[in-house]
Amino acid sequence: MGLELFNTLILLLLVVAALIALRVKDLLTASVVFAVYSFLMCLLWAEMGAVDVAFTEATVGAGISTVVMIATIFNLKRKSSD
Amino acid sequence: MKKLSLIPVLLVGALLIYAAEDFPEWGSPSAPASASPLSSHFISNTGVDTEVPNMVTAVLADYRGFDTMFETVVVFIAGMAVLAILKNSSGPNSKKKIFHIETEPDIIVTNTVRLLIPVIQIFAFYVLAHGHVSPGGGFQGGVVMGASFIMIALSWDLDTALARFPVERCTVVAGLGIILYGGIGLLSMFLGGEFLDYAELANIFPVSREMARYHAMLGVEIGVGLTVTAIMFSLYANLSTEGRLKGGL
Repeated sequence: MGLELFNTLILLLLVVAALIALRVKDLLTASVVFAVYSFLMCLLWAEMGAVDVAFTEATVGAGISTVVMIATIFNLKRKSSD
Repeated sequence: MKKLSLIPVLLVGALLIYAAEDFPEWGSPSAPASASPLSSHFISNTGVDTEVPNMVTAVLADYRGFDTMFETVVVFIAGMAVLAILKNSSGPNSKKKIFHIETEPDIIVTNTVRLLIPVIQIFAFYVLAHGHVSPGGGFQGGVVMGASFIMIALSWDLDTALARFPVERCTVVAGLGIILYGGIGLLSMFLGGEFLDYAELANIFPVSREMARYHAMLGVEIGVGLTVTAIMFSLYANLSTEGRLKGGL
């Protein structure tokens, strides 16, 4: 029961994070919310026992790709046009 | 237009939810992934064949070593592509303004990072070398190692990080990683086995055939780690400065 509640909560937060990352106009906010999405995904994988995948998601998804996205946004306009 | 595009999105979403009904129960023994003879083969033979406790690493670096080798090559090619595209994108007479950061690096940030970097780098080596026993391996260790160099670039400036790890050296190190991986594969080929058949390495090293596979996996993971470290850092250095390698974040 506890695990099911945990899963449901994380899946709901995933949907919320995905929607926010799509809707928000500021690209910097979007990439940070994207990192939150990755971290929630990492929690979900760790809970399912796929620790190797969770580790990769935490380092690559939540870590490096956020840094690379922010580094790229630094050279662009910050607001998205649509 | 937005309203119109909602129709296919909802349609495909409904189809996906409909298809998800047919998924096997999570962790069910009759699910195709658990019922296939392949997974039971790995579960019963990994420990006997290679003496590696972490099955994921054994499958990744040994049973499917060919796959992992070309994953590393893909990372290498991606890094080289970014380098090639950004190298000529902004010439010397480019109109884009270059950000000059006049202020000194913050003393609190730099001193905290000074304390953190050794811990992060030792953790990266631990993740790489302990990948046989616990979760981890070349990709994760390499990314953590690359992140430590990015941290130097973020807290001081890019020049400080590039003084420690120039982009030219990144390219060489990334290539070396792939050569190390392929070299171990070729060496086992010359010793009479097939490409990446690590057990043959027991002919020249004083270890059993099982332990030869165990140690060759570490060698291969080090190759992956070298490539990933170098490519992650050169990706950051190039993307944050549009290939100029000056200024930046």
